[in-house]
This record gives sequence, C-alpha cells and structure tokens, in this order.
Amino acid sequence: MKLSTKHLLGIKDLQKEDIQLILSTAAQFKEVLQRPVKKVPSLRDITIVNLFYENSTRTRMSFELAERRLSADVLNFAASSSSAAKGETLLDTVNNILSMKVDLVVMRHSASGAPHFLAKHIPAAIVNAGDGINEHPTQALLDAFSMQERTGKIEGLKVAIIGDIMHSRVALSNMYLLKKMGAEITVVGPPTLIPKYLEQALGVRVTYNLQEALQWCDVANVLRIQLERQNQPLFSSLREYNLAYGIKQSVLDKLNKEIVIMHPGPINRGVELDSDVADGPHSIILNQVENGVAVRMAVLYLLAGRTNEN
Amino acid sequence: MDLSIQRLAHQMLENNQDLENTVIIGLQPRGIFLSDRIVAALKSIVPQQKIQYGRLDITFYRDDVRNSLHIANTTDIPFSIEGKSVILIDDVLYTGRTIRAALDALLDFGRPAKVSLCVLIDRRFSRELPIQPDFAGKAIDTIITDKVKVNWKEKDEKDEVVLV
Repeated sequence: MKLSTKHLLGIKDLQKEDIQLILSTAAQFKEVLQRPVKKVPSLRDITIVNLFYENSTRTRMSFELAERRLSADVLNFAASSSSAAKGETLLDTVNNILSMKVDLVVMRHSASGAPHFLAKHIPAAIVNAGDGINEHPTQALLDAFSMQERTGKIEGLKVAIIGDIMHSRVALSNMYLLKKMGAEITVVGPPTLIPKYLEQALGVRVTYNLQEALQWCDVANVLRIQLERQNQPLFSSLREYNLAYGIKQSVLDKLNKEIVIMHPGPINRGVELDSDVADGPHSIILNQVENGVAVRMAVLYLLAGRTNEN
Repeated sequence: MDLSIQRLAHQMLENNQDLENTVIIGLQPRGIFLSDRIVAALKSIVPQQKIQYGRLDITFYRDDVRNSLHIANTTDIPFSIEGKSVILIDDVLYTGRTIRAALDALLDFGRPAKVSLCVLIDRRFSRELPIQPDFAGKAIDTIITDKVKVNWKEKDEKDEVVLV
C-alpha cells in the first residue's frame, strides 16, 4: 500500500483509500507520541523546508514538530524576513532552496493554487499547508482523525460546518474529505458567506438556520470569520454575527442532545465561538491540535516513501 | 511445531526464574503468532505467575524508508521495561536487520537490564549484522536466495515452515 499521489496538494486529488491509509498511519504515530522518547528515526536522511508566505502559529509549529519527531532535517522560511521581500519570485526562491538538496516542501501561500503551480515546476514533493481560499488538506485530515477518535466513525456521521464558508480553505477541504468518506454535511452561515451553487457543486446541504443545523448534527465544526480575506463588509457587525451565528452555551442548552464542538483555530472568542463553549467539556479543539502532529507525521512519512520514484 | 514452542517456553523459564522482572515482547507483524503461543504455553506451565506481554512494531525504525514503504502495525507495551529482562520474539531470524531496528525501538521505551532474543527459525549463515538468538526452535541452513516462511493456523490455515 502507498499513496496514489506524490504530493499532497488537496483532498480533492486523494482517493478514499489514501485518506484511510493516512488516518491509520496517524493512529500509529499517535502511539509514538505517548512514548518516553517521542521520536523515531524514519526520515533521518530526508530534508524538509517549511515555506510560509502567510502567517501561521499552529500549522507551522505542528509541521515543524512532526518533522523533528520523524528525525528529518528542517529548514524554516518566513516570507516577511526573506529575500521575497526584495522581490524574488516564488519559483526562484524555491529553486534556490532545492539546489541545497531538499526532498520535501511544506508550503503555505495566500494565493490559491500556488502549491499546484510549484508542483508542476519542481522535482520535490509538496505538502500544501493552506493556499488562499482553496484547500488546507492536513487540517481536514486531522479534523477527520479527531472526529473518528471522539465518535468512533466518519461514515454516516452528521457534520455541520458553520461560519465563513466562502473564505475558508478548511471548509472546502473538510467538505471534500467528509464527502469521500461517506459523512453527511450541512453547511450553515449567513447567505453572504456561503458561495452560490455550493449545493449543486459539492452535494452538501445548505441552511441559514443555526438552531436547526445544530439539532441535526453530531459534530459542529465552527470556522473562523476571516476578516483579512473579506474585501468588503459581508455582514453588518461582529456583534450581529455573534447574535445570529455565534455558538453560545445558551444555544447548546436548547438542544435535546450533546454535540461535539470543533474549531480549526485561531478562535475569535465572542464572535463565532463563546469562551464557555470553546473551553467546555464538548469541545475537542485542543485534541485537534494534539492530533495534528500525528496526522502530519503520517503525511510526511507516507510522502517520503515515494521520494525515490521519478 | 508445538513441541518446539513448549521447549522454547521451558528454556525461557530456566533462564528467567523470576518472571516478575521479565517481560515478553513480540515483534509485529508475524512474530506475534509465535509470542502469543509462547505466552499461552508459559501460562499453562506456571499459571500462578503474572506475565507481562507487549507487542512492538518496528516500521518507523527501518533504514529503507525511501526504497520501500512499509505500513505500520500497532505497538502496545502497557508497562515499563526499565531495569527488566526483555525477551524479544520473532518468527524467523535472517539478516538481523529487523532485530537491529527492534533494539533501537525498544531502547526508546526505557533502559532494560538485559535483552535476549527468541526465534522459531534461525537461518544460520545469512546474517548481515552480528546478532544471534538466545533461544531458537530450529536452525536451518539456506542460501540467500531462498525464502523461508512460517505459516500459522491463525492466519494461514496451517502450522508449517516452508521453503519457497
């Protein structure tokens, strides 16, 4: 068994078997992370560069930790403190890095499709760590891993994805993945934050009624309002958004069941998610972060196994 | 085969009279069939003793990730190996590379007082590393191109050792 792809550009390109392989390998790495020595020598001769053209805390640290836990050599690149600020192009930067014999590139970029462009022009394997409003595949994988861990299944699971669907790469990757794995999806948010034709394009249910969606779902994946990607105001105020679509304990108390609360971080507390819910017993937000390292170890391990093929 | 397993269990008891400080660790995936049976045999010989038994997967410790991708199995060692006498169990000892990886993996769980090795089949003269078994069911002489496989009832319908 191996992955059907040389890169991880998006969940869109993966087969169901690839996703299952990544999740089962991640479970083994999760065990490694409980050991006294939380490190294995698998990628001892692999060099990985983390190329971050956009800010990140969780994803960058999670990738770097995953790489170090696998004993890979790690190079870090942040666009703001590099020659990119002097006007060097993306392809030039990457080719210069690759001439230092790098095997894998983990990349985040504000332009959708940037990793796909690189994959066409360079020989190294590429892992997309988030590209614009397109995809964030490792986030979707760790979300799926966390859902499976908490509820015991993905197939047939009812998942509500709530909030800024329009600008969220997490939402798109999650929808692709859950669809492939046989979960049911309902998307919730104000009409201005939900793309037109989403129902037809991806086969998900769309509703504007938060209470109805929460009553229906097993898991609520709450997304961050991405103000930095909204060029024009799409709702009147953060306070109004919170009143209509914010997840509050009072809203959850009205349900006649318990649901699992997830959030990819960073949280805008008091906007899409109130603190009592984020820190409450049904939140698995910190488990998501913990699982992120194991899932990224699995992705890097499985891709490194293909670096000798050309 | 049953006879060999009984004999291996008795040999282990002779060398480790104090099972309190002994732990048994089977190697994934195919060493587990042998270790399951040895543990069952030990339990019937000394039913009053508590046997600490774990499973170790060495996939992430292999030295050939780039060349061939191996799929990991479960590791389950629910006790400390610190200061214990560890008996590693695998079905066939061939080049010794698996055991080399297993030793590395094992040491990441703690510092055992002693590690010994038990195998059902010892393929002499094909070693690539200086590793020898402490307990062996049977030693066989094969050339490097032969493949020796141990089949188990639990998985392959029949208990047998075949040369293919």
